[in-house]
Amino acid sequence: MTANGGGPRTVSTSESSRSGSEFESDRSVSDEAPLGGPDASETILESRDLDVFYGDEQALQSISMEIPEQQVTALIGPSGCGKSTFLRSINRMNDLIDVARVEGDLRFHGKNVYDEDVDPVALRRKIGMVFQKPNPFPKSIFENVAYGLRVQGKDDGDVEGKVRTALERAALLDEVEDQLDSSGLDLSGGQQQRLCIARAIAPDPEVILMDEPASALDPVATSKIEDLVEELAEEYTVVIVTHNMQQAARISDKTAVFLTGGRLVEFDNTNKIFENPENERVEDYITGKFG
Amino acid sequence: MSTETDTTDFEFDESAVRRKRRLGKAFLGLCVAATMVGIVALVALLVDVIVEAWGWLTWEFLTYPPSQVVEHYNPANYGDLPTGPGGMYPMIVGSIYLIVMTAVFTLVLGVGAAIYLEEYAPDNTLTRFIEANITNLAGVPSIVYGLLGLAVFVRALQTGQSLIAGALTLTLLILPIVIVSSQESLRAVPDSMRQASYGAGATKWQTIRNVVLPEAIPGIMTGIILALSRAIGETAPILMVGAATTMFAPPQLTDPTGPFGAMPMQIFEWAKLPEDEFQHVAAAGIVVLLTILLLMNAVAIYIRNRYDPRS
Ligand SMILES: Nc1ncnc2c1ncn2[C@@H]1O[C@H](COP(=O)(O)OP(=O)(O)OP(=O)(O)O)[C@@H](O)[C@H]1O
Ligand SMILES: [Mg+2]
Repeated sequence: MTANGGGPRTVSTSESSRSGSEFESDRSVSDEAPLGGPDASETILESRDLDVFYGDEQALQSISMEIPEQQVTALIGPSGCGKSTFLRSINRMNDLIDVARVEGDLRFHGKNVYDEDVDPVALRRKIGMVFQKPNPFPKSIFENVAYGLRVQGKDDGDVEGKVRTALERAALLDEVEDQLDSSGLDLSGGQQQRLCIARAIAPDPEVILMDEPASALDPVATSKIEDLVEELAEEYTVVIVTHNMQQAARISDKTAVFLTGGRLVEFDNTNKIFENPENERVEDYITGKFG
Repeated sequence: MSTETDTTDFEFDESAVRRKRRLGKAFLGLCVAATMVGIVALVALLVDVIVEAWGWLTWEFLTYPPSQVVEHYNPANYGDLPTGPGGMYPMIVGSIYLIVMTAVFTLVLGVGAAIYLEEYAPDNTLTRFIEANITNLAGVPSIVYGLLGLAVFVRALQTGQSLIAGALTLTLLILPIVIVSSQESLRAVPDSMRQASYGAGATKWQTIRNVVLPEAIPGIMTGIILALSRAIGETAPILMVGAATTMFAPPQLTDPTGPFGAMPMQIFEWAKLPEDEFQHVAAAGIVVLLTILLLMNAVAIYIRNRYDPRS
């Protein structure tokens, strides 16, 4: 397993026409699309004036952003600013929370996923998810990875091959090759998280959402996950929430900074955000002055 | 907080602490005493019953139908009986049939209701009202269920005083307990498991079937078996729906509308008889009933340990 390159990959030049307004939320990345370099990519997910409420509390305020295909987009910001909420609204996991209510658009390939005719189950088959706390099923390692294939009816062909490929991609195969039948719960925390990543990629989704996938892990396991994320971005679109600035800087192409109150304050190329952020509060946050 | 040490804060005479500690000890003593009362009473009861039954509980007692004549139960007389020894075979079979049928009904209705209430029903006033009332039903005296069974099954549905009426009545009796305990088992399945399943693109039913139920089944089964072991000892409800007090041939599983009986009925019948020896026969019956009960509880514990996917 090799790390990808080293520093963050630059994708395109930064947006130039930006006002200094603190909460300018309808900033659109599409403005810069024509400026994109050779590896600029299409927008796969687009949020338009997205508001999320929990009961009467508003957790996200008019979020607008465009997430590019086959890149790593990091979501950072202080605790409680709505990063997980945003992530869950992408694959409609918020539907599972009774009090949650979503307004505005979240478009996947241009189609609003909150339209009447969108089946959240079908959506989640295209947008996989890895959670903060590793949550393998109390089943065998094999069945954990095969779970998505089975429930999605993709288990008629070469299940074993698909499971092994997913484990291989998740950099776990070498460690578990001869214990595929033992319980997924017997693995270490870091291995469990990679198992969950394998489970998410086995059915071959287009997007993988990760909510602080390494927050419960030690540095070695964390760096394995980081390498993995960079590799995944060669095939998948990855949206990752992290509390770790260095991690965001290392692995992401784009970074979105959320600040308290559920607002997206700045969204740009990772280099730009970390080297020369427009917003003062973003700079304070990144340099650790608060949050 | 000040950095200077205030000497009065560090008094070594901790009389207040000591008083609290003494209070704690007194409370502990009270708890131990309370536990002991329960245990001593239970052991005394058990010893009494076993002593009474000693010598009367034989293999023949388990395999022969009852007799009107008390001498027939005495193992000393087994050699010179024209008809064969007396026992409680038909009632043992009756109880087992009753429990098996009750188990099937309860499994379907209880687990079905629990899944609906826990996983599907919207969290609104109506659902909460229903749940509160199910809990209340668990406290209704069993004789009331007997009356209900008599009115609904025996009379209205014309089942007659039959095995099926008895089983359905017992089902009603334990259904609230089973629903509540199954709901608790379902609720104990961590939400992270459900999320993992939905996140992998599973539908609600797939999630329930593949993730929630396998996790909850040991708890659900334990709850059902414990409820059944309560049902097997119940006398009042089956008395109301017309269980026989004595049966000379076991009920037929192939004919669920036929007459039925159960161990508690026979034990009650024996205990009522004037001859002293019948008290020994009743005690022997109680030992059999208790043994079956303990076996069922043992099975429940085994299932809980064996099928717990986390152990
Ligand atoms: N299930 C819920 N019910 C009600 N309110 C919620 C729920 N989940 C989140 N919230 C609220 O929404 C806001 C945003 O929460 P969210 O979990 O998205 O923050 P976060 O940025 O992911 O924080 P963290 O970094 O601590 O994970 C918080 O104020 C939180 O209290
Ligand atoms: Mg979060």
